Amino acid sequence: MRISRWFADRWVMIVALLVLGYLALPILVVAALSFNRPSSRLSYDFNEFTLDNWRQPCATSDMCDAVVRSVQIGFLVTVVATVLGTLMAFALVRHRFRGRSGINVLIFLPMATPELVMGTSLLALFVSAGVPQGFWTIVIAHVMFCVSFVVVTVKARLAGMDRRLEEAAMDLYASEWQTFRLITLPLVLPGIVAAALLAFSLSFDDFIITNFNAGTTVTFPMYVWGAAQRGIPPQVNVVGTAMFAVALLLVGLSSLRTRARFGLGSDS
Amino acid sequence: MTLLAPTGSGRPPPAPPAARSGRRGLLPYLLLLPGAAWLFVFFGVPLAQLAAASLYDPSGSLATGYAMTWAFSNYPDVVQAYWPQFLRSFGYAGLALVLALLLGYPLAYAIAQKAGRWKNLLLVCVVAPMFTSFLVRTLAWKTILSDNGALVGLLRDVHLLAPDGRLLATPFAVVLGLTYNFLPFLVLPLYASLERLDPRLLEAATDLYASGAQAFRRVTLPLSMPGLVAGTLLFFIPASGDYINAELLGTPNEYMIGNVIDSAFLVRLDYPQGAALSFLLMAAILAVVFGYLRRAGTEEVL
Repeated sequence: MRISRWFADRWVMIVALLVLGYLALPILVVAALSFNRPSSRLSYDFNEFTLDNWRQPCATSDMCDAVVRSVQIGFLVTVVATVLGTLMAFALVRHRFRGRSGINVLIFLPMATPELVMGTSLLALFVSAGVPQGFWTIVIAHVMFCVSFVVVTVKARLAGMDRRLEEAAMDLYASEWQTFRLITLPLVLPGIVAAALLAFSLSFDDFIITNFNAGTTVTFPMYVWGAAQRGIPPQVNVVGTAMFAVALLLVGLSSLRTRARFGLGSDS
Repeated sequence: MTLLAPTGSGRPPPAPPAARSGRRGLLPYLLLLPGAAWLFVFFGVPLAQLAAASLYDPSGSLATGYAMTWAFSNYPDVVQAYWPQFLRSFGYAGLALVLALLLGYPLAYAIAQKAGRWKNLLLVCVVAPMFTSFLVRTLAWKTILSDNGALVGLLRDVHLLAPDGRLLATPFAVVLGLTYNFLPFLVLPLYASLERLDPRLLEAATDLYASGAQAFRRVTLPLSMPGLVAGTLLFFIPASGDYINAELLGTPNEYMIGNVIDSAFLVRLDYPQGAALSFLLMAAILAVVFGYLRRAGTEEVL
């Protein structure tokens, strides 16, 4: 019994590590391909080591334009979606009001609807209303599907907050505005920051909804999609690897911060 | 959270709640208004527009304009033309789901129950693929599964693959890609459920002479049900609507319904057909989801 359980323990862990390897493999390949000089435009095989792609990431200027456009869209979407979503989260957690369940459905539905349906339905709306598609229709579409994720993220943080901290501040003669600025906001901020990062990454990486609402505007995923037919420049893998490195750095920094806080003994 | 309260006085009068009930009553609606309006105008209204477009006269075109003729016949027409792609979408997504459960359950269980202080690191590894671009990652599978790649070479050497056999541009590649791309969505909710599982319950089961398999079936599995249901939905909905994997890793023989909808709207510019297909996809997914939820008996996920 004991031996078989020991074995069962290891068996699960070994499978888990293999699955993590399966998840990690494409990332390693992307990193390797960023140092590759492909033999031809349409080849996906590793050919020859080179640093050229990293030295000249913008050798194909179309791609860099697309990255810049995706970053611009991402920032705009993050600001608007975070503000709208945070306000909604406050209303839902802190207030009792009529029509609450309807609002909850309105927030839940976009997360459960296939992207394909949201993308095509917006296209149908823009076409029938005669709105030309481009940069701004992409922003509108992205804000729409990011808001729900912001609400859910901020709501989770707000719901887990100890209300007695705010009551204590009020007892100590803080005004409502002071309480909000000095107590509530700092406590909710990690949730808002997490929601903003989530919104940015959802917007930056979205392809399906963008594809139906971009007109002739090209974002980075749109560029990759188009290039997959004409031949992918290896610099695409440089962007992929750099994105991964930046995200990893952010996660590392946030975990260091959490650890430093625990070290000081002031658990937030 | 009234932002209008006077500041700087230091000593605000403790107003009774009733005195401010008017403003309090309005405040939540003011907070909700911008977001809810955005969702209504750019999510709700477009769905209605899509429903309308699916009933347009199919003989119209984008250039001449479409006439609303309540052409319900669009629906049987698109089913007749594209039922293989519909079946394939749900078949591939279902196969990928089974694979993902086989891979994802042990992974979620190991992280939740066996990882100890490595828990957070392993969780980061699960979401790590999402740090980089979906399309770039999917293209990496083209390199891994390439005819000249190490994997195909190995499989040919051990005769698991015929000497001219391929992995790329096969249904296998598409299902593998779907499994890979949506696996984290399955693992995370499953992990959240399994993390709350008290290991003493399993000890109690074995003390009462349950075998490992019995303990899993009678204790672990039922207790992980909410996460399992949420995870399968989060996996299945995007997987059945996906067409990136079919396009990049497959051939037109592997095209799913998404590929057809994409070309209906963006290449053939046949809006009534595209809209009818989109609406059918949503209806089919909703039917699968609600049928599944009824069977699984965990309505609280919604």
